Amino acid sequence: MSEVKIIIDGKEVHVAKGSTVLDAAKKIGVDIPTLCHLDLHDTKMVNQAASCRVCVVEVEGRRNLAPSCATPVVEGMVVKTNTIRVMEARKTVLELLVSDHPKECLSCAKAGDCELQDLTELCGLRGDSISGTAMSTYKKDITPSLIRDMDKCVLCRRCETMCNKVQEVGALSGINRGFNAVVSSAFELPMAETVCTHCGQCVAVCPTGALTEMNHTWKVVEALADPTKTVIVQTAPAVRVALGEEFGNEPGSIVTGKMVSALKAIGFDHVFDTDFTADLTILEEGTELLERLENFLEGKEGPSLPILTSCCPAWVNFVESQFHELIDIPSTARSPQQMFGSVAKTYFADKLGIKREDLVVVSVMPCLAKKFEASREEFAVDGNPDVDLVMSTRELADLIKQMNIDMEELEESEFDNPLGMSTGAGVIFGTTGGVIEAAVRTAYEVRTKKPLPKIDFEELRGFDGVRVASVAMDDVVLNIGIAHGLGNAKALLTEIRDGNPRNIHAVEVMACPGGCIGGAGQPYHHGDSSILMKRQAAIYQVDKNMPIRKSHENPAIAEIYEKFLGKPLSEKAHHLLHTHYHMKDKA
Amino acid sequence: MSNFKMHMLVCGGTGCISAESELIVSNLQSELEAVGMGDQVQVLKTGCFGFCEKGPVVKVLPDNTFYVEVKPADAAELVKEHIVKGRKVERLLYMDPDKKERVADSKNMDFYKKQMRIALRNCGFIDPDKVEEYIARDGYHALGMAVTSMTPQEVINVIKESGLRGRGGGGFPTGLKWEFASKYDADQKYVVCNADEGDPGAFMDRSILEGDPHSIIEAMAICGYAIGASKGQVYIRAEYPLAIKRLEKGIQDAREAGLLGENIMGTDFSFDIELSFGAGAFVCGEETALIHSMEGERGEPTTKPPFPAESGYWGKPTNVNNVETLANIPIILLKGSAWFAGIGTEKSKGTKVFALAGKINNVGLIEVPMGTTLREVIYDIGGGIKNGKKFKAVQTGGPSGGCLTEKDLDTPIDFDNLIAKGSMMGSGGMIVMDEDDCMPAVAKFYLEFTEEESCGKCTPCRIGTKRLSELLEMVTEGKAEVKHLDEMKRLSRVIKDTALCGLGQTAPNPVLSTLDAFYDEYLAHVQDKKCPAGQCTHLMTYTIDPEACVGCTACRRVCPVEAITGEVKKPHVIDQDKCIKCGACYDKCKFNAISVN
Repeated sequence: MSEVKIIIDGKEVHVAKGSTVLDAAKKIGVDIPTLCHLDLHDTKMVNQAASCRVCVVEVEGRRNLAPSCATPVVEGMVVKTNTIRVMEARKTVLELLVSDHPKECLSCAKAGDCELQDLTELCGLRGDSISGTAMSTYKKDITPSLIRDMDKCVLCRRCETMCNKVQEVGALSGINRGFNAVVSSAFELPMAETVCTHCGQCVAVCPTGALTEMNHTWKVVEALADPTKTVIVQTAPAVRVALGEEFGNEPGSIVTGKMVSALKAIGFDHVFDTDFTADLTILEEGTELLERLENFLEGKEGPSLPILTSCCPAWVNFVESQFHELIDIPSTARSPQQMFGSVAKTYFADKLGIKREDLVVVSVMPCLAKKFEASREEFAVDGNPDVDLVMSTRELADLIKQMNIDMEELEESEFDNPLGMSTGAGVIFGTTGGVIEAAVRTAYEVRTKKPLPKIDFEELRGFDGVRVASVAMDDVVLNIGIAHGLGNAKALLTEIRDGNPRNIHAVEVMACPGGCIGGAGQPYHHGDSSILMKRQAAIYQVDKNMPIRKSHENPAIAEIYEKFLGKPLSEKAHHLLHTHYHMKDKA
Repeated sequence: MSNFKMHMLVCGGTGCISAESELIVSNLQSELEAVGMGDQVQVLKTGCFGFCEKGPVVKVLPDNTFYVEVKPADAAELVKEHIVKGRKVERLLYMDPDKKERVADSKNMDFYKKQMRIALRNCGFIDPDKVEEYIARDGYHALGMAVTSMTPQEVINVIKESGLRGRGGGGFPTGLKWEFASKYDADQKYVVCNADEGDPGAFMDRSILEGDPHSIIEAMAICGYAIGASKGQVYIRAEYPLAIKRLEKGIQDAREAGLLGENIMGTDFSFDIELSFGAGAFVCGEETALIHSMEGERGEPTTKPPFPAESGYWGKPTNVNNVETLANIPIILLKGSAWFAGIGTEKSKGTKVFALAGKINNVGLIEVPMGTTLREVIYDIGGGIKNGKKFKAVQTGGPSGGCLTEKDLDTPIDFDNLIAKGSMMGSGGMIVMDEDDCMPAVAKFYLEFTEEESCGKCTPCRIGTKRLSELLEMVTEGKAEVKHLDEMKRLSRVIKDTALCGLGQTAPNPVLSTLDAFYDEYLAHVQDKKCPAGQCTHLMTYTIDPEACVGCTACRRVCPVEAITGEVKKPHVIDQDKCIKCGACYDKCKFNAISVN
């Protein structure tokens, strides 16, 4: 690619043709402030709305100021980023944004993480300097997962780009004109009545407090304070490789032991691991896979291939609302979170000798759709949910801080038993490709009755949006499709629906970019997609460090089948560990 | 027009139609039948004559008699007197306001004398629904010439040499635009006609489409040939039903005549046109917003580059031209670039159509050579200010243009002069204001328009125009201080400098130009809390003269907010804190006891 030479603030810089002025400035350490701009090129998310006008710069020979994020470099261009004209423009644009922004910073869910707040501080905004009082106001929209407070929307359109161009869900779009323009759903319906999958990626990219999660932190505190309740907690695999970021650790730090200690210090009666039920999922889903494979090979009646993984709740929502033709192909296995809740409120409650109503199951999840999943009525018994409360990784970090717990000083501790014992196969559920790799580890050995020649299926790993690989299991070659990000999943599923030319037998889908490591409940990446890669590497490291790395070798799993469930796909297992899907017509 | 001895042309523009001109046509026809002359005199419904002030207009050929303000009931007299007896109906002739004489021939009317009709050349002369009438006036000759004897580059060269610039607002050289689009290779290119005329008060594009649809069809085909496009798209607002109807008929007739479709005139060139309907958003006149709207996306602009010439409709190279620009194309090809370049000023060639409106005697559509002065337009063609009032300002360029004043009256109108004066050509709206107009209120009016029509995408336009109009409201309500005027200047400067598209970049023009030319009037509002023009109701004070008040209680009873107190037969008083300045008491008082200032 040819290079272009331009001059920024008197410094010469050579950049590839097609780069933006912002890219070029970054290269020489000139940090032009931005707001709407977001470039997560590893996940194909580039928001180039150029709508906020914060990043404007002076370009010699141009009549007006140019948005550096969307202005391509041209040979010989002379750019100034720090003239009085530029600074006045930037400050005025920010003053305008602030003039139509609620002054609730003290109590805003995004306080401290707000990119608008960072900018006002950077540019020295003090007090109200623009006259005018009218505020654009909108109705708050609350779902089990999200809170949309569009009064705080700055029209950066990142959520819209994420929802439409990356996730291809199509729940959000700009509506209205002028001062009343805002991002909203079709016909301004509540999000719960739309095709929204609750994946929460809009929350993950929102620069302000316009999109935040439904917070369960205080409800957890109240449960902990209630002497009549036994409160237990499960933590998802991806939490342990991201939580540290909230405490200043490098992205990719593994804080499993400290996290367990912190949860114990918070006061949970038992600290368990969702990895345990991830292993259980593999036994159920893996057995289902083999059964459906036999059906497929022998041309028998009944559900056949391909089979889709079903542990991602946003993915399930997506199929239910937008892939009605394929509603029969996802595995019926519940997600690890829900298997945990179901087992906890039966097997474990019995063990403790308490009623399910007196057991409070709390999840810590990297995900916001898990909040919605926990609220589905099929996952409750007589109105009592299997999982009572779901905290995001961010909420857990906040709670640890509120409780004056010093993560740095904590000793590491182990998960409690019996629902805390897990394998490396369980932990890789946290990244794209992990669920299917865990399933293959078990399916291979169960079907061939031979030990795996090697445990690491490198061919299933990576960060490409859609990956297809083949795994030989003696006489059968299993073609596996993997997609992360719903837009990629849509492409793969459309291919399967329209004839499945690559003859894919099993599909793993995770709704979020990178899988659960990039979940919407994780610490904000603020546009740095390298963080996701580091979390992914950490997940595989945790796997490597585990003494047992195949789900079917987990002794606690063997025990629960022996003492409680019988065998995979038994009647009891069906009742407690499986579910069914509903077609939903939504706008 | 060959077999008839006489023709009666009745204006079929939207304005005259709403004044029952279609009934005039049918009445004329039946009156002619009644006197047995139905086969000798043809009645035609044409496009707009431009002299809307005095519509409906009926013109009789061959003697070129121009009747104004004709009513359907006048049909009988017109036929019996003019057609049968050869006597002009004096009372329906135009009355020259200065000489107080009736003028029969439109050529002698001041309104037409200084005009030069190029873009409007066929409006009011032909039946827009008949392709043969267009052909009879050399229609489709230019297309034939282009596709049979010119290379695409030769066509582009002619347009470039003519100096034609875009009439939609930007004034970008048309030939250059075509050349850009022609340079990109693609399996499909598009010609888009921007018929999303959105300036309030401007209706030249509509009039051209209604009065001469084939000129646009022909021009689009020529453009398609020049840039290598086989598909044309007219983006037209759905609230132009008559223009749509005539355009649809025109396209159909052109197809049937082999002037659109496959292998036009036996050549390899194929071209066809479809219509896209807009919902009437002002911002959709911006070409990227227009293209997004055509694609079914939200009508909002995106940054350029990429320009439509590179990546436009469906990502393909696209050339977008406005209606009036296109209307010039066939005649430039026919008469040559030198002819066109000989008209106008150094950098602005040809003519420009303006929609004259406001406090002016001759409201209507006019076309003058570039370089004509504002004075000529307003006084000679426009007939001066209504009711003998004093000229105060003229707003050119629509809602985002600027206000020009007395000192600018002798400025030759062209693209560059208007920009230098802080206004712009825009699409050619021209709204004249007199001494009764309050300039801060005028600026507020325009700001409210752009504020509402902003798509809301970029911060300066979405919030900035809102804040500007709030500040103007403070001024007109007497709540502003001098520092607010400075704030308005800063906001205007930044909005112009940072807004994403032309709408926002020009929105502050009315504020800046009035602040510049009428700063004293702003100061009067801000410091003295007075509106010199007497327009800002909030700044008025109604008082009752106790000497003149007889205590009849009429004012007290009519006051909607009970601001007036007083006993019967005793002087009444207005509570200024309660008064909402509605003026009801003033209207009611029979004793001239209430004064307002």
